Amino acid sequence: MSVTVEERRGRAPDTRGAPLIRVEALKKYFPITRGILIQRKVGQVHAVDGVDLEVYPGETVGLVGETGCGKSTLARVIMRLHDATEGRIYFDGQDITRLRGSKLREIRREMQMIFQDPFASLNPRKTVGSIISEPFRLHKTAPRGQIKNKVRELMELVGLNPEHYNRFPHEFSGGQRQRIGVARSLALRPRLIVCDEPVSALDVSIQAQILNLLEDLQSEFNLTYLFIAHDLSVVRHVSDRVAVMYLGRVVEMAAGDTLYRNPKHPYTGALLSAVPIPDPDLAAKKKRIILEGDVPSPIDPPSGCRFHPRCPRAQFPMCKELDPALEPFHEGQVAACHFPLEDRAGIAVTLPADRLAGDQCSISSSSSSTSPRPCSWSSSSCSTPGRAGGCRTCSGAGPACPAARPSRSAWTRSPW
Amino acid sequence: MAEPLLEVKNLSVHFPTEDGVVKAVDGVSLSISPGETLGVVGESGAGKSVTFLTVLGLINRKTARVDGEVLFRGQDLLKLPSDELQHVRGSKISMIFQDPMTSLHPYYKVGYQISEAIRAHQKISKKEAFSQSVEMLRRVGISKPQERAAQYPHEFSGGMRQRAMIAMALSLNPDVLIADEPTTALDVTVQAQILDLIDRLKEEFDAAVVIVTHDLGVVAEHCDDIMVMYAGRSVEYGERRDIYYEAHHPYTWGLLRSIARMDQDRHERLEPIQGLPPSLIFVPPGCPFHPRCPYVMDVCKTDVPQLLPSNGHHASACHLTLGEKERIFHEKVLVRG
Repeated sequence: MSVTVEERRGRAPDTRGAPLIRVEALKKYFPITRGILIQRKVGQVHAVDGVDLEVYPGETVGLVGETGCGKSTLARVIMRLHDATEGRIYFDGQDITRLRGSKLREIRREMQMIFQDPFASLNPRKTVGSIISEPFRLHKTAPRGQIKNKVRELMELVGLNPEHYNRFPHEFSGGQRQRIGVARSLALRPRLIVCDEPVSALDVSIQAQILNLLEDLQSEFNLTYLFIAHDLSVVRHVSDRVAVMYLGRVVEMAAGDTLYRNPKHPYTGALLSAVPIPDPDLAAKKKRIILEGDVPSPIDPPSGCRFHPRCPRAQFPMCKELDPALEPFHEGQVAACHFPLEDRAGIAVTLPADRLAGDQCSISSSSSSTSPRPCSWSSSSCSTPGRAGGCRTCSGAGPACPAARPSRSAWTRSPW
Repeated sequence: MAEPLLEVKNLSVHFPTEDGVVKAVDGVSLSISPGETLGVVGESGAGKSVTFLTVLGLINRKTARVDGEVLFRGQDLLKLPSDELQHVRGSKISMIFQDPMTSLHPYYKVGYQISEAIRAHQKISKKEAFSQSVEMLRRVGISKPQERAAQYPHEFSGGMRQRAMIAMALSLNPDVLIADEPTTALDVTVQAQILDLIDRLKEEFDAAVVIVTHDLGVVAEHCDDIMVMYAGRSVEYGERRDIYYEAHHPYTWGLLRSIARMDQDRHERLEPIQGLPPSLIFVPPGCPFHPRCPYVMDVCKTDVPQLLPSNGHHASACHLTLGEKERIFHEKVLVRG
């Protein structure tokens, strides 16, 4: 599946080399305090609660989840805008978790951020020119005389008219303002750009322009994106791999196509089913899973699997007591669920049956074009061997997996 | 078809400014019957919100020139004196505003804000109004409504605030509910909940609903009729199937094609509509869409296309011939499997 993604981009993201960003068991808790003079700590918000994530050079990792699931906090901790409570962050192999002063400043050149709200993230009292040239002045990477030319180049690069150098942000439309934000983030030629909901505030027709711009810049400068969004259709369009977050944890992570076809976590399935499809016939037939209620408070997250109070598949007492670990499913897919969805559940929730015929073709053609692959999970790394005919990587082509894990078969699966 | 409940006829709203006249709405007509949902789609600045603010009489008539008719049950709202309009607004026609974060008053409890709306139209005691608002909160699916009514908006999540707004809008059992981008600021899961809620309440209250949005995906599941607006004009109007499966206007095509769709493995690039929406002071001559239209002809630059029906209900304002429209749509736009 990933082949098509690579073809589209005309280059292969290097997923075998060293990751550009590696995050290990990252936690960020915000204290809740009471009292005026003596601040007593009365609790903490578990904004990010044990996340492992790797982002490889040149790829786009999408980060999705509802409001308050910790995706923005995770990005800010990686950017070192917040200090991690626990865990480690590596940038290009270097531990940056506790960097300070000039060393931190050096690293910050390598990673930049595009913010959600193009109306709030640009200083209304500064001209576009001075907004975009600020990184040059702060980091002194260009001699003073050249700054203006560099800014004009950047403006041209992102599709702004360089003659608008002296205009103020309010003279631009939302899409153009977001282009200013993109130009500013590119000024120091960073390797990683964290895009925090870069198109959520824009009209659909303008969204497409910005998404195309980001894609062009990625191939031109070999950028790596961490792309945060709650819109799953946008994320599918831009991402090589997608991580789904829920209440401070990554509950599922997979290559884009795998995730959208074969979601394993019921939360992913529910998110997919909620995305509107601009096609009334398909939309009417689509199976919908409406999640009741809101995300629980991250101050006191539920025990066991954090999704169990809202999960349509939850079985008690297992889901309430046992916290599921991330387990591998398809190639490169991990999910944390005791009762994962069957294969192709994503299609069932997003597409009705009459679409499945054509859909199967694309699966079989891609698998028949490649020679039979051996099982990519060596017997030691495969913690769920022989998942009853489910694992496409293993079934048929690869060596037969040993018997299924007994603990899992002890629990009957609920009908979806 | 039932008698239309709300009819807008040839509505124009122009704002004279120092720089020129802003033609925010320019000759828009629409009609809605009870139990129907109308989707109004267009980019920011297309005049969607201004149209419905005018319907509600929320446009300052001292600074705007308003022409045309807004007929509610045959009565022209534009000619009503403000105290009579006050009686219609809120109780007969009500509106859910775009941003639930800013449209609730942060200093007042949610229950109080809802009962305030009820007491503005009905002579009942504060206590009664409060219990009615608790009942409304329950009906829009807020758990523990008694407790929630005594809380402030900041204690509500985004989805709950939007539910509270809906409770407020429906508290007087209106005939027409106008939802201006009701889900733009919300998560997909909450968006699905809110749209389903509006659908369910529409049945329950037998109301007519208008959903204003910029995303064609949102209205695909919930609207009967769709009007596409561009630069203050209605460029295409039709039943839902007409718009999605037989769209006739290049702007509608552009909207359909620029959406990133999740149900398809489309690895080719998105096709945005080139350029920007025009300034409403200097609307291009001829068809307002012609500078951005890939199928532009000479006639488009001089003559304003009229909104002409092609078959029955379906109308579009474009100079292309019907045959060409159908051909281009089926070759370039329709992407069904």
